[in-house]
Amino acid sequence: MYTQSFSTSDTEDKPNKPSAVAPISIETAALQAHFDAVIDADSKIEPRDWMPEAYRKTLVRQISQHAHSEIVGMLPEGNWISRAPSLKRKTILIAKVQDEAGHGLYLYSAAETLGTSRDQMQADLHSGKAKYSSIFNYPTLNWADMGVIGWLVDGAAIMNQIPLCRCSYGPYARAMIRVCKEESFHQRQGYEALLVMMRGTAEQKAMVQDAVNRYWWKCLAMFGPPDADSPNSEQAMRWGIKRISNDDLRQKFIDATVPQAEVLGVTLPDPDLKWNAERGHFDYGQIDWDEFWATVNGHGPCNKERLATRVKAHEQGQWVREAALAHAHKQQQRAQKEAA
Amino acid sequence: MSNTTALKEWPLWEVFVRSKQGLEHKHCGSLHASDAPHALQMARDVYTRRQEGVSIWVVPSNTITASEPDSKDSFFDPAADKIYRHPTFYKIPDEVGHM
Repeated sequence: MYTQSFSTSDTEDKPNKPSAVAPISIETAALQAHFDAVIDADSKIEPRDWMPEAYRKTLVRQISQHAHSEIVGMLPEGNWISRAPSLKRKTILIAKVQDEAGHGLYLYSAAETLGTSRDQMQADLHSGKAKYSSIFNYPTLNWADMGVIGWLVDGAAIMNQIPLCRCSYGPYARAMIRVCKEESFHQRQGYEALLVMMRGTAEQKAMVQDAVNRYWWKCLAMFGPPDADSPNSEQAMRWGIKRISNDDLRQKFIDATVPQAEVLGVTLPDPDLKWNAERGHFDYGQIDWDEFWATVNGHGPCNKERLATRVKAHEQGQWVREAALAHAHKQQQRAQKEAA
Repeated sequence: MSNTTALKEWPLWEVFVRSKQGLEHKHCGSLHASDAPHALQMARDVYTRRQEGVSIWVVPSNTITASEPDSKDSFFDPAADKIYRHPTFYKIPDEVGHM
């Protein structure tokens, strides 16, 4: 579903450690020059190509955070599968949640091409070392939340993911193309579900407005901190990993969403939101970054619950993974015996 | 037993999908699965949820032999200076038309 456009460093990373400046050999310099030329030509880096260690690390962190977001993102929606208001909405929701699992898998396999293992990435998620999009640390309180997640959360995700289809790392770019193709269904089904509610009773309309009120600001924060506070952005841009800045993407999202909210008939909860003819964009109010960082750092309403659910699912699935391997091993031995 | 406990992760498989009859199989990604039938089933669920394929190949990733990456380019050098292998190398009079 989404990766946050900010990079929370692993705790043991010390990018400015002086010992990292090892004498560069002639061979390394040539490889670096080749890498730079590929980036400058807007071409792609593929798994077995030489790449700077920092580029590899940044990608592993970003792609795994993105994968974790897809997987954890199944939880708030999974909450409503058994409570969907009709069989139609239930089948749609199941398909969407299955897509999120698929997106997680595309991304894990893209990250694995960089030399990290699935087990390692999952261990980092479960220990709390690796992050995921903090939007999933909020609860889904009413059915309209399902519509709002599709419309706004996936809408924000699409804004962020489309430029990633042009990322300089081939496997990530290809995974994102696949994800983006499927994401449009997610947004449209959400918007349509809300349209149906907005044509319903006063209570249903109030549910939609309540969900929009709770999610709007959190969706704006999904694009990551303001450009001035995104120290890693410049390097990511230089490497062709990031194409559009956090603030530009956020503005694009707001400009696209305001007319959609009008058609829907909901109010976006920002008194400062108004058209600025001079800029050709909508102006908007202050985002609460303290709340954002508190949630990123583990103090959101659902952080503990989400992680506990993931860890429990992983532990309870352990015997299945072992049994499947044991079965495969037995089949193999039987086949060898028959061949002998 | 030691064989199964030594392997913590399910092995990695590369997935190739034929999108329709008449087209070649194309690499579309990888996945972990315990054995080949399992990998096929997983590939169907992960890569063809919207009828993207009519046929799937799964290949154990560790059985693929690959050429050296782009930066060590001598492997493909022999083809670099043979422009006479391309049709545009030959000048044909305009009046001949399309050839």
